[in-house]
Amino acid sequence: KSCVALQLKKPKESQMSPEEELQSNVSVASSSPTSNGISRNASGGLKEHNYLGLSDCSSVGSSTLSGLVEDDKATISLKATELTLGLPGSRSPARDTDLNLLSPAKLDEKPFFPLLPSKDEICSSSQKNIASGNKRGFSDTMDQFSEAKSSVYTEKNWMFPEAAATQSVIKKEVTQNIPKGQSSTTNNSSSPPAAKAQIVGWPPVRSYRKNTLATTCKNSDEVDGRPGSGALFVKVSMDGAPYLRKVDLRSYTNYGELSSALEKMFTTFTLGQCGSNGAAGKDMLSETKLKDLLNGKDYVLTYEDKDGDWMLVGDVPWEMFIDVCKKLKIMKGCDAIGLAAAPRAMEKSKMRA
Amino acid sequence: ALAAREKKKEEEEEMNYFPDEVIEHVFDFVTSHKDRNAISLVCKSWFKIERYSRQRVFIGNCYAVNPVRLLRRFPCLKSLTLKGKPHFADFNLVPHEWGGFVQPWIEALARSRVGLEELRLKRMVVTDESLELLSRSFSSFKSLVLVSCEGFTTDGLASIAANCRHLRDLDLQENEIDDHRGQWLSCFPDTCTTLVTLNFACLEGETNLVALERLVARSPNLKSLKLNRAVPLDALARLMACAPQIVDLGVGSYENDPDSESYLKLEAAIKKCTSLRSLSGFLEAAPHCLSAFHPICHNLTSLNLSYAAEINGSHLIKLIQHCKKLQRLWILDSIGDKGLVVVASTCKELQELRVFPSDLLGVGNTAVTEEGLVAISAGCPKLHSILYFCQQMTNAALITVAKNCPNFVRFRLCILEPNKPDHLTSQPLDEGFGAIVQACKNLRRLSLSGLLTDQIFLYIGMFATELEMLSIAFAGDTDKGMLYVLNGCKKMRKLEIRDSPFGDTALLADVNKYETMRSLWMSSCEVTLGGCKRLAQKAPWLNVEIIDENDNNRMEQNGHEESQKVDKLYLYRTVVGTRTDAPPFVSIL
Repeated sequence: KSCVALQLKKPKESQMSPEEELQSNVSVASSSPTSNGISRNASGGLKEHNYLGLSDCSSVGSSTLSGLVEDDKATISLKATELTLGLPGSRSPARDTDLNLLSPAKLDEKPFFPLLPSKDEICSSSQKNIASGNKRGFSDTMDQFSEAKSSVYTEKNWMFPEAAATQSVIKKEVTQNIPKGQSSTTNNSSSPPAAKAQIVGWPPVRSYRKNTLATTCKNSDEVDGRPGSGALFVKVSMDGAPYLRKVDLRSYTNYGELSSALEKMFTTFTLGQCGSNGAAGKDMLSETKLKDLLNGKDYVLTYEDKDGDWMLVGDVPWEMFIDVCKKLKIMKGCDAIGLAAAPRAMEKSKMRA
Repeated sequence: ALAAREKKKEEEEEMNYFPDEVIEHVFDFVTSHKDRNAISLVCKSWFKIERYSRQRVFIGNCYAVNPVRLLRRFPCLKSLTLKGKPHFADFNLVPHEWGGFVQPWIEALARSRVGLEELRLKRMVVTDESLELLSRSFSSFKSLVLVSCEGFTTDGLASIAANCRHLRDLDLQENEIDDHRGQWLSCFPDTCTTLVTLNFACLEGETNLVALERLVARSPNLKSLKLNRAVPLDALARLMACAPQIVDLGVGSYENDPDSESYLKLEAAIKKCTSLRSLSGFLEAAPHCLSAFHPICHNLTSLNLSYAAEINGSHLIKLIQHCKKLQRLWILDSIGDKGLVVVASTCKELQELRVFPSDLLGVGNTAVTEEGLVAISAGCPKLHSILYFCQQMTNAALITVAKNCPNFVRFRLCILEPNKPDHLTSQPLDEGFGAIVQACKNLRRLSLSGLLTDQIFLYIGMFATELEMLSIAFAGDTDKGMLYVLNGCKKMRKLEIRDSPFGDTALLADVNKYETMRSLWMSSCEVTLGGCKRLAQKAPWLNVEIIDENDNNRMEQNGHEESQKVDKLYLYRTVVGTRTDAPPFVSIL
């Protein structure tokens, strides 16, 4: 039975049995391989999912949530965990009230680390509002691209530290950094004082302590009107890379930012694998080079959740994702095909019902 | 005749007037590592006696020596302490794969059949394989203490539980452990009744409460029990009821509004714990339940509420007001300056205070300032050790603190915003910190922050004669700063510097200095690759490591190589040369 790569993760705090029931019914319905998109998914592997393609996915989810109180988690869960067939990015704003599961999904062929955005993904203005308040994120850069040519895009948006041309852009990004850990979705919380750029390893507090405090704050019902403090470090490994890294999930506000950051961290490695033409490799990426890279090796971003299961990144709203993500792994697309299998995701959602 | 001549020669050469056994017995009373090291330098015969009788060995840098040499010198060792990664690894400045693997040590110890009873590791990489090997290789193994380690899972703990028949201590402090939610606690056999310390507070997963209660019930010697988040309040009450002899308790989860029956049971159990002296945990805590602990507060000497993010200032103060005998207090800055005033007036026996930031974003939500620090210094005459995170400081406050408390041994002040000056005068904080180093003649550890010029380093070089560890961040103006320290602090052992303008001149000024130190860390400073290479050439007994995560091939790039700034430099003395387990992004020059 071919299955859709649908994932439903219940947030820890949710207590919504009626909705759960609704969704489990829904999940049963969608498991039949009727839609064109579905079978293509299963056999075509993961190429067709754009888990990291856009900040759109979480931004869209987030943008509709922006009016909600931050700790109104039940509502977030309802809308955000709605099972859909569509790619995260293709969801229309009206979707959240629309429980029509079988609305046609736009299954584009997109790579997971879309270093070259497709021209189709024009952000909606609502996303722009979200992003504008934050560090210059994916959607901003996307907008620019939709007008410009790809070479401009690569120069401006994939900011390698060594690239002189992007120096000013980096500085700008750093200085307009909003304090990490703030939820990008809440416009109603008091805006923080002057944003400070985050310095690695400062203040000198052990990651263990940061993580523990962060978990504690997250679990408390009362947030005291303050955003979750502290960092949330998770390990990131990449198949074939000689070392693993750690990222602070709270320092990003959406999937796009996470994707960019991971890109930066692991690009030197992937480019190293490219071989020829090392000169251009470190600093600038040529369009053709990237295409080659991506066609040659698809990488998928996966995460291990609190249950110990490996899931594909990108299907749940950002807030929920950082709640459950314990570890990240960049896998080769072919290795991750098994993760797309819906039975496990289905089982999980049923178990929770 | 030959034998007689030799004996006479021996007698003349020896300083001993007693048989070896007597000397050895005397040595038994000398326990500190420093003292034993000193003894071993007196003469050959003392060296020999000392090495055969040394049972506890401390190795501050696991790469300074290797297992072979360890075993050759101390064949009778029973306890080994090893430290791996440099201190700044705590703050994510050292990549995970840098090193510090315990496996080769355990393998060598296992092969040598040494009677290992205790292993204490800090900042090392420990695997399940290592733990399994450890558990099977030493029949008398009693004590495992892991601090800030990583690389293992609860499966490794299961091996320890199952195979170490005489396990006394399993103490896991702030490690990163993959919790497989297995049944490691059930792996303790029913015959295991020897536990004295059980600390698994850092485990994130669920805990088998039944197995835990049974284990505690059959451990009459249990003195220290630190639970993880997954142990709820009613289980806590039952546990305390079976272990009234407990001295050191780490509370896991402390729910909101437990039903009154659970609460009453807890109260009753706590009252019976008359030996309780140390309290910690409260990862998820309902402030109302803290009052259950009030009856035993007057006995407490150690209180760690630094993870209790949910307890606000007033409840903390209510608890602390009962703790008149407190010697050690770890707390969050949510206690506020007012709370610290209460501490100062209540805790007259206070020796060590740590105030951690509750809001790590540094967005101005801070609750403690220089006032709290001054109050503490005025009220607590026995204070010798402090770690204080705050938003602002003044020279005047530090000068007052120095006057009030000339006994500091450890003084670590972290002003959250780098380069922040005295907030009243806008001056650098040289004079304030200077007063501290001048007044505190026993100062062994110092961490600086705020706006600082070369001047503070001049003061440190002049006055901090006992200083062993110095942490510098975003400070100083020129190489002179670092030179003052290297020239002045004769007892310096660990120097760690980040984001400060010290370069090759300072680095290379006195190469032999590094032989007297354990290690030097410099990151985001002005030292160049060329400078580091020259250093490595001059000092072959140093491992000069360049850590460069960004580009494995940077070292081989053409042109301007020598003047390239080094992102992270870590150097340390060693008697065993270049290590062989360095990952590709570490170059050892």
